[in-house]
Amino acid sequence: MTLASPSDFQSPEANSLGQGGPQGLQPQGWLRYFSFSLDHKVIGLQYMVCGFLFYFLGGALAGVIRTELASPISDFVSRETYNEVLTLHGTVMIFLWIVPVVNGAFGNYLIPFYVGARDMAFPRLNAVAFWLIPPAGILLISSYFIKGGAAQSGWTAYPPLSITTPALGQVVWILSVLLLGGSSIFGGINFIATILKLRRPGLKLMQLPMYCWAMLGTSILVVLSTPVLAGTLILLSFDIIAHTGFFNPALGGNVVVYQHLFWFYSHPAVYIMVLPAFGLVSEILPVHARKPLFGYTTMVYSILAIVVLGLVVWAHHMFTSGTPPWMRLFFTIATSFIAVPTGIKFFNWLATLWQGKIALNSAMLFACAFIVNFVFGGITGVALAQVPFDIHVHDTYFVVGHFHYIVYGGTVFVIFSAVYHWYPKFTGRMLNEHLGRLHFLLTFIGFNLCFAPQHWLGLNGMPRRVAEYDPSFTTLNQVSSVGALLMAVSTLPFLINVIVSGLRGEVAGDNPWNALTPEWLTSSPPPVENWIGEAPLVTHPYGYGTPADSLDVPVARREQLRNDRNP
Amino acid sequence: MTSFTSETGDSTRIAVRPETSGHDPGHSEHDGHPDFRLFGLATFLVADGMTFAGFFAAYLTFRAVNPLPENSTYELELLLPSINTLLLVLSSFTFHRAGRGLLQGDGPRCRRWLVITAALGLAFLAGQMVEYFHLPFGLTDNLFASTFYALTGFHGLHVTLGVICILIVWWQTRAEGRINASAPFGLEAAELYWHFVDGIWLVLYGILYLL
Repeated sequence: MTLASPSDFQSPEANSLGQGGPQGLQPQGWLRYFSFSLDHKVIGLQYMVCGFLFYFLGGALAGVIRTELASPISDFVSRETYNEVLTLHGTVMIFLWIVPVVNGAFGNYLIPFYVGARDMAFPRLNAVAFWLIPPAGILLISSYFIKGGAAQSGWTAYPPLSITTPALGQVVWILSVLLLGGSSIFGGINFIATILKLRRPGLKLMQLPMYCWAMLGTSILVVLSTPVLAGTLILLSFDIIAHTGFFNPALGGNVVVYQHLFWFYSHPAVYIMVLPAFGLVSEILPVHARKPLFGYTTMVYSILAIVVLGLVVWAHHMFTSGTPPWMRLFFTIATSFIAVPTGIKFFNWLATLWQGKIALNSAMLFACAFIVNFVFGGITGVALAQVPFDIHVHDTYFVVGHFHYIVYGGTVFVIFSAVYHWYPKFTGRMLNEHLGRLHFLLTFIGFNLCFAPQHWLGLNGMPRRVAEYDPSFTTLNQVSSVGALLMAVSTLPFLINVIVSGLRGEVAGDNPWNALTPEWLTSSPPPVENWIGEAPLVTHPYGYGTPADSLDVPVARREQLRNDRNP
Repeated sequence: MTSFTSETGDSTRIAVRPETSGHDPGHSEHDGHPDFRLFGLATFLVADGMTFAGFFAAYLTFRAVNPLPENSTYELELLLPSINTLLLVLSSFTFHRAGRGLLQGDGPRCRRWLVITAALGLAFLAGQMVEYFHLPFGLTDNLFASTFYALTGFHGLHVTLGVICILIVWWQTRAEGRINASAPFGLEAAELYWHFVDGIWLVLYGILYLL
């Protein structure tokens, strides 16, 4: 991607800050993206491009899975390879694509703008957090080529399966996930410090754009839950390497304890993947509907409620693991409660769109599709929280369908929406609308074709994670595979769009969407320390539809009104 | 979470200091970029504490659910670990004295207390080592044994790191070092960490030895 000529990044006060970082000595121009840069915008785009590379890899692995499942017998790859591909697909998509991109990429790029800062609170820690990711990813992929092959126990690595499958691949998997967890924790610490401590004087917490709140909530979850996964995986590695018996029933251990500890991280991990997407979509909808975000305060409290509830619902993944009745009751109720704050957010988004002046561009299409997909995934989620139903569909394709409606229909749609929305800021050039809409159409149809039939398959009892299935499931599986093919094709217009528009797209200007959030009040792409001169104080990031925002009011008057609002 | 209370108290006390110390040569490279390193460290210690919380939860569940095999026991020799506990608690106070010395500009006194703290930490590690050699069980003997070594070992790793930090701080508090009354961050960070490790040990001692 051609992002900008080096001269665009020169600012009078460059080199003066960052944690003692001599940024003036660092490479300029495109070389910065391959350096240990301390600039939050560079790090954000490093996360982004790195994440997309892993997305294409994870997508290719998904292609292998769907090709294998196009026929009921094991004919495309061997069963062991299928297990490896399945495990790598889950791990790559969660730990190397969604978590780094929706947190690291957009968080690093946007949060300093939103709090009125010139960088993150700990720029060097930030760079370290990013540079842990490529080695961890390479380590994970390289485990495919070692003795015994890659890990085969799925992204959950449940013992005793993970203890009995080839050890070396599993240990490399653990090492890789530990590195990625460390990266995630460092990032979380940085976001908490930046949002709480680095705010521009005069900017109150309740005046921050919603994405800040989403990232604050997410980071709290990261800091509280990721270490538990790290500790659990260390114990698991003891079981594999030193033959202790923590989780090995043959040695007096307890597999259910692993599941509890694993889900104590991995259920909040769903919110770590989806809360930032809530935040991003809350930024995108008001801009393209020209209306203030509806119910700001309820949005904030909903996020905080999801954070608290998200930490106490983990055992709903374990209703079939011999959990006692009282535990089932508690976790069913707690899980059902999450529908309340999530529902509040959902209706707030609808109310934001209501009677808005909606521009149905690519960013908005993806954002609206997110609302549709997410409500579907959310409703199947509430259904799965009910014990009797969950027991029926546990470990079937129903769960696979539900999960992908949340993380793909939810988060990935928002990531695409956000790329269309912020690409002009990243590069100074617009993406092509026609290609964008083609991309949307293919993705939306492909996605629903791929994952909706999986609900039927699950209800009829097709187990997940198995390479072969009963021939009666063939038709729906083939529909699903065609959907996957469409999704693979849909990335082509996107890739062409991103590359060609980066080189010769329409010049965007500083604020092509007439947006009010702070990142648009500087040049595109922004200078090294975000603003030439003082950072603007934006206390009404969603003041759309007011005279200060109306295009009918003369520019001078609008600026006067905004200044009155931001004394 | 008893382990967090002492640590939080300390972090608020320490967090006030950089503002009162104002601009100084030691902080010059951070001018215009306020110093949140102690806040960041405290957040990291919350995360680290959650790792221990996971271990504690696992241990307590194992103990509640999984019966021990025949002729093994939860009983442990109490004398040595209790002395170790005293040493570690004492070392928190000596570290605090070292911090006071530094802020009052009394470098030699600060360095003296640092040496004493490091010695107490090393004594703790030595005591742990002696205990390991005299225990009647090995790492893979039974579930309790494995959990015992995992918990105390992970904590011991933290103490080892802490002692190394104290020695680095001791080196940097020499006359031409980077830590002094106007740039006390290194010492404060090590102290916060040391109190945290101390607090974790108290929980660990309670559930592993006394329970």
